[in-house]
Amino acid sequence: MMSDIKVKIKHLYKIFGSNPTAMVNHVKNGISKQELLSQYRHVLGLKDVNINVPARGVQVIMGLSGSGKSTLIRHINRLIEPTDGEIIVDGKNVLKMNINELRDFRRHTLSMVFQKFALLPHYTVMDNVAYGLKVQNIPIEKARQRSQKWIDRVGLSGFEYNYPAQLSGGMQQRVGLARALATDAEILLMDEAFSALDPLIRTDMQDILLDLQEELHKTIIFITHDLDEALRIGDNIAILRDGEVVQQGTPQEIVLHPADDYVNDFIKDINRARVLEVSSVMDDKLIDHGPDIDINMVIEEALPRLSAMTAPKGVVTQDGKAVGSVCLDRMVAAIARPKSTSNSKTIYS
Amino acid sequence: MNFPIDRIDLRELKKGIDFAFRDFSRTYGDAIEAFFDPLMYFMVWLEQLMINAPWQVMVFIFAFLAWLGSRSVLLVLGTVCSFALIYYLRMWEDTMATVAIISVATLTCIGIGIPLGVLMARSNRVQAIVTPILDVMQTIPSFVYLIPVVMLLGIGKVPGLLAVCIYAMPPIVRLTNLGIRLVDKEVLEAAESFGASYRQKLFDVQIPLALPNIFAGVNQTIMMALAMVVIASMIGVKSLGVPVLRAISNQYLALGLMNGLAIVVLAIIFDRVSQKYGQRLQKHRQGGHDV
Repeated sequence: MMSDIKVKIKHLYKIFGSNPTAMVNHVKNGISKQELLSQYRHVLGLKDVNINVPARGVQVIMGLSGSGKSTLIRHINRLIEPTDGEIIVDGKNVLKMNINELRDFRRHTLSMVFQKFALLPHYTVMDNVAYGLKVQNIPIEKARQRSQKWIDRVGLSGFEYNYPAQLSGGMQQRVGLARALATDAEILLMDEAFSALDPLIRTDMQDILLDLQEELHKTIIFITHDLDEALRIGDNIAILRDGEVVQQGTPQEIVLHPADDYVNDFIKDINRARVLEVSSVMDDKLIDHGPDIDINMVIEEALPRLSAMTAPKGVVTQDGKAVGSVCLDRMVAAIARPKSTSNSKTIYS
Repeated sequence: MNFPIDRIDLRELKKGIDFAFRDFSRTYGDAIEAFFDPLMYFMVWLEQLMINAPWQVMVFIFAFLAWLGSRSVLLVLGTVCSFALIYYLRMWEDTMATVAIISVATLTCIGIGIPLGVLMARSNRVQAIVTPILDVMQTIPSFVYLIPVVMLLGIGKVPGLLAVCIYAMPPIVRLTNLGIRLVDKEVLEAAESFGASYRQKLFDVQIPLALPNIFAGVNQTIMMALAMVVIASMIGVKSLGVPVLRAISNQYLALGLMNGLAIVVLAIIFDRVSQKYGQRLQKHRQGGHDV
């Protein structure tokens, strides 16, 4: 699969306060967030975060508000300076860059989409999309020419000379997306990019993103608090709680083996049928007849195939060859909501 | 009553300050005056130009500028009528002199005030130093700083300009600082994430987005400069303030009223045109959504 690592986050710590560097050792020695606050008046933002983001994949980082996810994504382009740790992009340590290297890095290697769009209100749609190119000192006419393609691509043709204030939220975020894509940066940072949109528009934007991704193969780091969104677009998911990564893995792994109650609480309300693949419920007993079902098909799609043919079992295939079988009962059992592992109500701060 | 400092010491202290400043102005006064000479020649030249040009031409220029700024027929008509009336009531020369010094003062205030405001917005330390200075400039009675200004530069246009600028500059500095500090942090962050340099952020994002506030500052500066014109005329600045002063000392009601109203008319025209211009710069804010 995708083996080369594009962005490597190593032992990243972020502490807010008057003397954060002095606090790192306390944190490394295991002091809790609450103790750090009450004893030393420092706020723990991120604690020993290690994430390897594979190239050309979608890495989702999710957590509730206050979990440090927006802080984390701002470390990757150094809008926030870390207290300790390393961030390696394409083999280069971002934290060692001087101001000029950092500027070039931001101009060419990555671009960002913001939760509240953060468009330039005094620029037209066209000039907003061209902004990243303008910053690179590309002549404005040429920048506009290159921007037109992206405006068309996100479906905003005809709105080139409107101002952001004249567009709806969904359209404004299309501008934000086009602006980020226009610089041809390989890495896309998306900070809760679709969270401010209503559900239908959000699904729409996810479709646009997935569509584009199929063609562009960018490395996308996507922040969200919405697990359905994370499962839908993520190849990998890292779950953050109180500045710590509590679990990392593919959507399947997280739904099947939640690491703790926190993750369990997250996944209990999701549509499991849309995440779980047939591979998680099949067995390798070969059967003679039944509808063919691909091993990587999600249960949501596999179920109607079986019920349409009123077959109790289906033949699981991989690359066209039969590798096992799957029965209706197990699929139905797998998508039922699991019982909570703990009875106590947990309150997350 | 017992004061820690007795009368004689206090008198000596005041004398010390007075003599020190007198010595300073005797030593350096000429050099400082010479330094400002080009400015004075420019002001004299501008004033003479405006007074000697045919009045119809000047009215046309004012009308044209009003149109450029406001795009409002009503305002242009008002401008033409006001200036014609001023001409027929024989206040033309003083009015032109007033417009000349206001223009120079406003340009000076913008030229110094906006960069200073930008610096203040960039650094909290500069803000901490400049803010109390601005407070002093705005609240100290203007007669108080007229004394050292006149001692140093004598009477005339340059000390007058200085006095006007001291009084009129604070609003533009404050509002530039405020405007830039109020720029949406997210938009600024976006600019930064695309690798914008400090200059690019300043000229593409901060100043354009701070323009409504900066313009409010320019407007305030013009208004305060006009208000200062009467006091500046006490130190020899030719303007509508001179007949007003004469009216005060001789109790000429009509003279004072007419020249005072001429200042009001100028103020209204400047205010409306600059406000309309400021609004037109904000065209992008029209639309159903707040950004």
